Amino acid sequence: MAVHGPVVKIHPVVLASIADSYERRNEGASRVIGTLLGTVDKHSVEVTNCFSVPHNESEDEVAVDMEFAKNMYELHKKVSPTEVIIGWYATGFDITEHSVLIHEYYSREAVNPIHLTVDTALQSNKMNIRAYISAQMGVPGKTVGVMFTPLTVKYIYYDTERIGVGLLQRTRDAPNRAKGLTSDLCQVGGAATRVQDMLTTVLAYIEEVLSGKVQADNSVGRFLTDLVSKVPKISAEDFESMLNSNINDLLMVTYLANLTQAQIALNEKLVIL
Amino acid sequence: RDVAKRARMSSAASSATRAGSLNGRPGRSCIPIGPHVVLKMIKHYQEEGQGTEVVQGVLLGLVVEDRLEITNCFPFPQHTEDDADFDEVQYQMEMMRSLRHVNIDHLHVGWYQSTYYGSFVSRALLDSQFSYQHAIEESVVLIYDPIKTAQGSLSLKAYRLTPKLMEICKEKDFSAEGLKKAMIGFEHMFEEVPIVIKNSHLINVLMWELEEKSTVADKHELLNLSSSNHLEKSLQLLMDRVDDMSQDIVKYNTYSRNLSKQQQQKHQYTQRRQQENAQRQTRGEPPLPEEDISKMFKPPQPPPRMDTLLIAGQINNYCQNVKEFTSQNLGKLFLAEALQGHNS
Repeated sequence: MAVHGPVVKIHPVVLASIADSYERRNEGASRVIGTLLGTVDKHSVEVTNCFSVPHNESEDEVAVDMEFAKNMYELHKKVSPTEVIIGWYATGFDITEHSVLIHEYYSREAVNPIHLTVDTALQSNKMNIRAYISAQMGVPGKTVGVMFTPLTVKYIYYDTERIGVGLLQRTRDAPNRAKGLTSDLCQVGGAATRVQDMLTTVLAYIEEVLSGKVQADNSVGRFLTDLVSKVPKISAEDFESMLNSNINDLLMVTYLANLTQAQIALNEKLVIL
Repeated sequence: RDVAKRARMSSAASSATRAGSLNGRPGRSCIPIGPHVVLKMIKHYQEEGQGTEVVQGVLLGLVVEDRLEITNCFPFPQHTEDDADFDEVQYQMEMMRSLRHVNIDHLHVGWYQSTYYGSFVSRALLDSQFSYQHAIEESVVLIYDPIKTAQGSLSLKAYRLTPKLMEICKEKDFSAEGLKKAMIGFEHMFEEVPIVIKNSHLINVLMWELEEKSTVADKHELLNLSSSNHLEKSLQLLMDRVDDMSQDIVKYNTYSRNLSKQQQQKHQYTQRRQQENAQRQTRGEPPLPEEDISKMFKPPQPPPRMDTLLIAGQINNYCQNVKEFTSQNLGKLFLAEALQGHNS
């Protein structure tokens, strides 16, 4: 599908906030709307923050608390002065006529606002996250209509965000949907298990190729060669000495840390005497 | 929606208590945190924090009987010099008022702060946390360590002041006698409260969507072997603190030496007085008046013990971090050895 217009890059924090504000909506409200904040680039729009705006929607009219939206934007600007209003979001599957009105309001705030829909009601068994930009259509001079053209949506993460999202994804698999934070060696163990799982998958694939069940793919083969050659070839003595010196360093540091802790505990006991 | 919320709270309560109260105290079990709170904190530091500056913000949530649940947060702008007329309290009030309109819990249950290599045990933190805990008994300070998180795993800890420390802060009695009376050691200053991340069902759906759509690969920073930089930095901070500590110890030593010297002097003085009085009596003269000894020998000022306690606590924290780090690295080294063993 040919898409014109900027690419929309969304941070996961925005989606999480939208999901949360949907859960807190008022009685009787079928959807939630709010403002999107972020930065605009030449070819892309990066959405980094959002806040929900109270609004009332009925059959024939829609009322949005614009004062509130302006206030919130001012407050947010104090924290992150680089963020500007770049559009708005709404939960729900379709674009209604009310959306047009709201979009007009936002066109006054931002240059070319993006409209994001997040289908929280899961109408098609999926949470469709789509972005639109408005385009004028119709005969010039006569009644002009507005058409929403879809845009590509990409997700981008900061490094630390990705780690946070990784943890959330593991939480999703945990029973009770709750997970504590692990620490220490458990984490290394967890990471090692994940790598091991990936290696098992790769091995299974190789087995299948060898037994002729699956066609051998050259690009995958190249990746595999890269992978195997990544383990550096070091002579056994060199590696042994490197390993030993590293282990010695770490052990020494542990010893010193323990010593320091004992020292301050002792100092305290002496003072309290 | 109220019913749904209450159901969610009760399910959270039951699941958290099923997870077990790790501190042995019935009311102090895990604190559930909503996932968007975590993401917002990460984002706030990423965008606004540079170097050693800390970023701070407020945590909002509910207090359910004895337990705390954190459901939202908002960041505080940085303190800049050219913002002298910026009213923090007003910003907070405005924010909370606005959030109330969109049904976000507006109960101030704590605050969060980012930290640089784990150095957060300071007077400022103590004071802020004390004022929070004074208002709401359950409030916590969430310490987010961005550097450790960047190394592979989310480092988020919740701390609360122990009741003993609260007592002391209330009395404002930071002298040695006060601390001795309360028997506070540096280990009893903060208690860590375990936190759990609770995903709502909707967030779970979102996670599945993201997994499908996003193509960001896992970079496995956790298995990175070359993290000696981090170790160096931590050790340097530790050394600085130990230096501070030793200075403090020297001060205390001088003080106690002065004190004992003074005691000796007082003793000598009273003895001489008594001798003189005895001599005068034998000679028939009136005895010299008893002078107020305490006025003559002013006792030296005892050094404040609070700073020492804080430094000790900070050193303890650094040591814990270093040990955790080294244990992880040892594991990684053994992994590398196994891998190498396979090859050769």
